[in-house]
Amino acid sequence: MSDADSLYQAAIKQFAQAAHGHGQLESATGEAKLDNPLCGDRVRMQVALDGGRIAAIAHETKGCLLCRAASSLLGARAAGMDAAAVEAVSGELDAMLKGAAPIPAAWPELAMFVPARAHASRHRCVLLPFRALIDALRAAGAKVPEGTHRAGAGDTANAAGLHGET
Amino acid sequence: MNPSSASLREQFPLLAAAPELHYLDSAATAQIHRVALDAVLFHETTSRANVMRGAYRLAEAADLAYESARQSAARFLNANSADEIVFTSGATASLNLVAHAFGATLRAGDRVLISVAEHHSNLVPWQMLRDRCGIELALIPVSADGRLDLTNLAELMGGRCRLVAVTQCSNVTGARTDVAAIVAAARKAGAKVLLDGAQGAQHGPQDVRAMGIDFYAFSGHKCFGPGGVGVLWGRAEALAQMPPFLGGGGMIAEVTAAASTWAAPPQRFEAGTPPIAQVVGLAAAVEWMMTLEWAAIREREDALCKQLIEGLARIPGLRLLGPQRGKRAPIVSFDIPGLHPHDICQVLDTRNLALRGGHHCAQPLLAALGAESCTRASIALYNDEADIEALLAGLGHVLRELA
Repeated sequence: MSDADSLYQAAIKQFAQAAHGHGQLESATGEAKLDNPLCGDRVRMQVALDGGRIAAIAHETKGCLLCRAASSLLGARAAGMDAAAVEAVSGELDAMLKGAAPIPAAWPELAMFVPARAHASRHRCVLLPFRALIDALRAAGAKVPEGTHRAGAGDTANAAGLHGET
Repeated sequence: MNPSSASLREQFPLLAAAPELHYLDSAATAQIHRVALDAVLFHETTSRANVMRGAYRLAEAADLAYESARQSAARFLNANSADEIVFTSGATASLNLVAHAFGATLRAGDRVLISVAEHHSNLVPWQMLRDRCGIELALIPVSADGRLDLTNLAELMGGRCRLVAVTQCSNVTGARTDVAAIVAAARKAGAKVLLDGAQGAQHGPQDVRAMGIDFYAFSGHKCFGPGGVGVLWGRAEALAQMPPFLGGGGMIAEVTAAASTWAAPPQRFEAGTPPIAQVVGLAAAVEWMMTLEWAAIREREDALCKQLIEGLARIPGLRLLGPQRGKRAPIVSFDIPGLHPHDICQVLDTRNLALRGGHHCAQPLLAALGAESCTRASIALYNDEADIEALLAGLGHVLRELA
């Protein structure tokens, strides 16, 4: 089996198909829309924060299987995390894709993206939902550590605080 | 006798070295012909010096090569004079040059008419001009199959329409523009016509005089030449009316500490050191193109295009974005519901098929066609039936793999 064939292993297809967290939140406190202008992947990510942690997450993702699988994984796993934890796993995923780090221990599901290491043009597909989530957290007023992704490095963004977390 | 696609393929070093490769992305970048590579190498190893600056023999050799290339480009386009040929870094730079230099002759309220089918290169510079200078920017709509809808052309050219700037051929749908109709309407309205030939020049030498247009832009890398070089052809009287775009060396008549005056075209528009070796390579490529029998090549490209469109029609649910037949270039885009073009292209790559997926720098066109992205196969003179058969078989594999 070639590496691109294995890129589309069952786990990615299953996560993309399951679309965990797909939809919109009525009580969102922050949201962000991120586009990858190269391929047209588009993620709208919404969060509702409670005490600095993600109480609810929803997304609308139009994109390739990798992007949709990553959004779905966040939909399944991100509830309960704070901004620092999301930033940490996003950074570990980025490093994993670059081949500089192992699979994040707390997120074994990210193993499904290991075959994407060989395809630099696809890294942004996987990372886009994570970046959108960080922007949504920022829009909701969460403190995101300095140096974390800000839209503009290749992605186009539109983030807005909604009801604001009080 | 015209060479077969197999013998043509042998003339392209990358393709000759990769017999397994099915290269179907020539609308993005065509492969470089051996004569262009050889010309670049020969120039850089025998005549490398700056142009228009030196009196020594090497510099004169560089001047000669550079100005001979201008003659080649002029012949390729059937221009009146080599002085109508401006070398740029590519079609995008050529279009930006017109947007700035011709744009500088426009007043607020003057109209520029483009189309919904434009590549961003022939859209964004005009939006930027509109935002700088207050011109009106109007768009020719497209029909459901991506052709320019010229039904209301006269009204669209109303007001103070000064320029119609449209694609010769869509880089997404392959639809060819009815240039004669555009030119006739523009003449009535007193507007000039710019043709974005980025997808046109690859399919044979052009006749800018017969087309009756005022500007023509194309890129070297899409015409079997090197990257980083392009051409803007402008009718002499049109170029003469335009101020420079970029300032610098080579484009002036006289400079004092207080002010400068401009050189005549084409030097007025070639500030700084041009991409000399690339220009020489481009000239070699178009000289080679001018030796070919294009009627036979177009017939072969059209037959491959037909073979592909007929094969795609057998794939359930697949939607062709573009004309089924008629005036079209061999650029074929399609959408398969539920499958993202990047995934399709990634799986096709495992079968040595090189295609492009995305919005192809034509987002307004895709929006008009009701698509966000699509997969594109583009055919050039070195492609053959085996490439199309491999693609159709590859798509069957994609459906099995990604379903």
